[in-house]
Amino acid sequence: MLKIKNLHASIEGNEILKGVDLEVNKGEIHAIMGPNGSGKSSLASVLAGRDLFDVTQGEVIYEGKDLLEMAPEERAKEGIFLGFQYPVEIPGVSMMNFLKTAINEQRKHRGLEPMKSSDFLKMMREKKDLVEIDSNLTNRSVNEGFSGGEKKRNEIFQMAMLDPKLSILDETDSGLDIDALKIVANGVNKLKSNDTATIVITHYQRLLNYIVPDKVHVLYGGRIVKSGDKQLALELEEKGYDWLKKEAIE
Amino acid sequence: MSIDAKIDLKDRFSEFFYRNLEVLKEGLPEHINNKREEAIENFQKKGIPHTRMEEYKYTDLNPAFEKEYRTYIQPKKIDFDLNDIFRCDVPELDTHVVLLLNGWYYQKKTPQKELPNGVIITSFREAANKYPEIVKKHYNQYADTEGESLAALNTAFAQDGVFIYVPKGQTMEKPVQIINLLMDEEDGMSQHRNLFVMEEGSQSSVIVCDHTLSQKNFLTNSVTEVFVGPNAHMDFVRIQNEHNGSTQVSNFYLNQERDSNVSANTITLHGGLIRNNYNLRLNGENCENQTLGLYLTDRGQHIDSYVMMDHAYPHGRSNQLFKGVLDDYATGAFNGRILVRQDAQKTEAFQANNNILLTDDARMNSKPQLVIYADDVKCSHGGTSGQLNDNAMFYLRSRGIPLKESRLLLMYAFAHEIIGQIKIKPLQDRIHELIEKRLRGELSRCNYCQMHCGDPGQN
Repeated sequence: MLKIKNLHASIEGNEILKGVDLEVNKGEIHAIMGPNGSGKSSLASVLAGRDLFDVTQGEVIYEGKDLLEMAPEERAKEGIFLGFQYPVEIPGVSMMNFLKTAINEQRKHRGLEPMKSSDFLKMMREKKDLVEIDSNLTNRSVNEGFSGGEKKRNEIFQMAMLDPKLSILDETDSGLDIDALKIVANGVNKLKSNDTATIVITHYQRLLNYIVPDKVHVLYGGRIVKSGDKQLALELEEKGYDWLKKEAIE
Repeated sequence: MSIDAKIDLKDRFSEFFYRNLEVLKEGLPEHINNKREEAIENFQKKGIPHTRMEEYKYTDLNPAFEKEYRTYIQPKKIDFDLNDIFRCDVPELDTHVVLLLNGWYYQKKTPQKELPNGVIITSFREAANKYPEIVKKHYNQYADTEGESLAALNTAFAQDGVFIYVPKGQTMEKPVQIINLLMDEEDGMSQHRNLFVMEEGSQSSVIVCDHTLSQKNFLTNSVTEVFVGPNAHMDFVRIQNEHNGSTQVSNFYLNQERDSNVSANTITLHGGLIRNNYNLRLNGENCENQTLGLYLTDRGQHIDSYVMMDHAYPHGRSNQLFKGVLDDYATGAFNGRILVRQDAQKTEAFQANNNILLTDDARMNSKPQLVIYADDVKCSHGGTSGQLNDNAMFYLRSRGIPLKESRLLLMYAFAHEIIGQIKIKPLQDRIHELIEKRLRGELSRCNYCQMHCGDPGQN
């Protein structure tokens, strides 16, 4: 589904990603871990098409297409979803209008008619239950005045509504208490299918108690320095990142 | 432009004034006419405002005033019914409609009204003769004809406009809707004069719509004086939608008495050169005032908002918020002042001007000012001019919303803060629609107002 080869990206002349290789197949959940500043969020942003980054080398092939050639909205229409680490507050744009516009744009791309209002509302109700999000939130402006936990839950809610093929969750667990964490993880697990894939970016192992990854990668210094199965996450939890940093230098 | 040209311009208006003085006076009582000569003398002192004056630094009105216009010192005779060509298409908006054609009250289907509860809606001309006591008490009491030369010019030439009176304790059930229409085969200038007297404890709302119906160049220099009595409540909404060959100077003078509450909301969709002067005096304790403006400009349009919020008594609360989206090479200025006089303790006064500049060529000059003589007050002011928020843009696009739509959504959201405050609900809905169309570029880039052009099936 996704093939990243020797990806280099920089921001204002500073190279952040220094040759990332990664392959994600349908049905898989990948966890990308790593210390702060290792390039995890940058990788997520580059995949979603944030233009702050200049890709200087390498390629990203998604479903046989050159992902880097696509505008952010085209990537979304092709089924990529980014769960933001810091969801943006947009006063004056209602959640309802925002989601309806997004869904109908994606439907248009697939040659479908705009969704009927009644169907849309029904879908909202179903997906709200899935992520246990408060109805009041969906009546407000996008993320405006939401607590940290509500914002993260709202990301999962949007993911449920948009039904993406590849979800990239950027530290969706940070700042969540254990109950909220379970709800988020539960949402991800329920949305999982054999046709979709998920990349979970996280600093801590604890999310992986609830979302069981097929593969775990450690990103350090802009490269993936170690890959393994879920045991690797436990090892990191126990030993921290220092042993890997040493290994990476050697 | 040379200094000589300015003197000429000043003299041109004065000369025209004296030559037509008898025509100007005709049909109007002494208490209107006896203000004229002093007013033209006041006008003479300063002439047409120029950019060396602090208040007009960013707006040069001279080119517009230099043009030759037919001046409407007599009503234009038209042999058709205006109501046939113009209909307001705001559904469910039930109002007392009043039409002004080139500044003259249009009588055919909108005769004067005296409602059962004593509310009067009529022409300024009619009121001056029929209700001299009310008019005498308020006419030219709030307009600053010494400080503002264009208010003086208007006073010298004032012949007609709209008069509204709401008696003590009465509620106007339906809003008055004043539609200013400009239409002619030649360039024209209009100087209408409105007077609204809202007595103690009354409740009222007034909507003003400005439209141009023909492609000629128009210049409007209007004065509206509003008295809002103690404990009275008034909502005022103005929609400016004139073509790009028009120049409008609108002088709004509001006097609020104790415990009164006024909201004034100006939405500028189109116009060539617009100068809106708001002079707001909170002339009693515990007044509340909200003055908001939203302007959407593109191409060579220019809009200048000048606000003087005068807190003269204690416990006043005021809020000014002006927001603008400037596209292409449009320019704008905001000059907002809050004056808190020495006695006006416990005043709360806020002011903000936020702009989005969509291109590098669009330009905005924003100058919020606070002048405070009282020591126990809460005041703030500020201005921002910038681009659309990059993070928000990316967030929307990452959900599949195209660049253009995302921009629109954000501009719409930016505008919403003002539109959401419009108190007349059907009008609010309609303005939402108009703003959306305007932002999409679908609204009247042509010379006519959207209200009756385009889709023939609309009405």
